[in-house]
Amino acid sequence: MTPPRRTRRRPQPLPAPPAPQPAQPYELPQPPSPEAAETTEAAAGRGPGSIPERLYSVTGSGEGGRAELDLVTLIMARCAPPVSATPEQAAVLRLCQAPLSVAELSAYLRLPFSTMTVLLTELITAELVQAHAPVVRQALPDRSLLEAVMHGLQRL
Amino acid sequence: MDFNGSDTLPGPRTEDHLPHTAQAAVKIVIVGGFGVGKTTMVGSVSEIRPLTTEETMTQAGIGVDDNYGSDSKTATTVAMDFGRISITEKLVLYLFGTPGQERFWFLWNGLFEGALGAVVLVDTRRLEVSFDVMGRLEEGGVPFVVAVNTFPDAPRYPVEELRTALDLGPEIPIIECDVRRRASSKDVLMTLMRFLHSIAMSRALT
Ligand SMILES: Nc1nc2c(ncn2[C@@H]2O[C@H](COP(=O)(O)OP(=O)(O)O)[C@@H](O)[C@H]2O)c(=O)[nH]1
Ligand SMILES: [Mg+2]
Repeated sequence: MTPPRRTRRRPQPLPAPPAPQPAQPYELPQPPSPEAAETTEAAAGRGPGSIPERLYSVTGSGEGGRAELDLVTLIMARCAPPVSATPEQAAVLRLCQAPLSVAELSAYLRLPFSTMTVLLTELITAELVQAHAPVVRQALPDRSLLEAVMHGLQRL
Repeated sequence: MDFNGSDTLPGPRTEDHLPHTAQAAVKIVIVGGFGVGKTTMVGSVSEIRPLTTEETMTQAGIGVDDNYGSDSKTATTVAMDFGRISITEKLVLYLFGTPGQERFWFLWNGLFEGALGAVVLVDTRRLEVSFDVMGRLEEGGVPFVVAVNTFPDAPRYPVEELRTALDLGPEIPIIECDVRRRASSKDVLMTLMRFLHSIAMSRALT
């Protein structure tokens, strides 16, 4: 018996993703100006003795201005829920007293990923949570990162 | 910091909390057809009980709809299982078990673009369901290994016969596994990592 056959394909630019779905019931926040985003980012690394590290800033992308949140962006609360927080916002702030990925938040709160990103964008804009960008695949991969992952897996 | 009322909410168990030092995450994607063992593999290596994230899409989004833009779109929910492995006190690895149909992939921002690499899980009884996935990974330049989940009643082919059938270059690892076993799933992930490392080494030389 012989297996069915396929033909390999060549690398090519990925087609554009479909337009984001409107996420109910949250309203999309206004896209902030690029200056506002810069200020937020600069302020985040300015604390006394703090190591400047790349934090997410909300980038207005024209179509809704959603922060480029990844499934594995790590979210952490900066403070307790303020009295003005909506129940959903308060739930997020309580969940991320310890760092939690957007995917985990979406799972625990049973919110679709896109709804979760809208809710988180509000919280990032309000400076109620911190977001740590994931490490993504590079054209020239970081060998020490790969080695760290291998060591971590070896301990399993 | 003191939050009230946290015991009434769904959330991670105390022992599942990441340390406050966790500041970066990486992801690996496990792709394959329905029933090939994606959820089983995620569960066998994850340090947390596997979780599910969902995304809602309209029929228009899956390409079967003629009235895109009208009010009569129906919503479809697509689910994806995932698990987590802490690598260091700063770094966390997430594993996503993703439906094989590429039309779902765009639902999750950067799922493949940002992934370190992918595991294509195949079942030799239905090899062709993974053809499209492999093609899409090749087009997107996402490095992958092929893991053959050995179901008892599935045909067994020599690796080189599979390589020819799948039209894979000699550098791409093909490995047999039983993802119900943690050691086997770990072996698959290590095979992917060693492959990614070899790519990094060869690119550093050019
Ligand atoms: N014999 C065998 N069965 C497996 C293996 N991996 C998964 N299964 C079984 O196959 C079924 C489907 O697996 P599941 O992980 O839900 O597949 P998914 O749809 O890809 O997530 C389950 O009943 C598993 O117990 C394997 O390596 N060997
Ligand atoms: Mg599954």
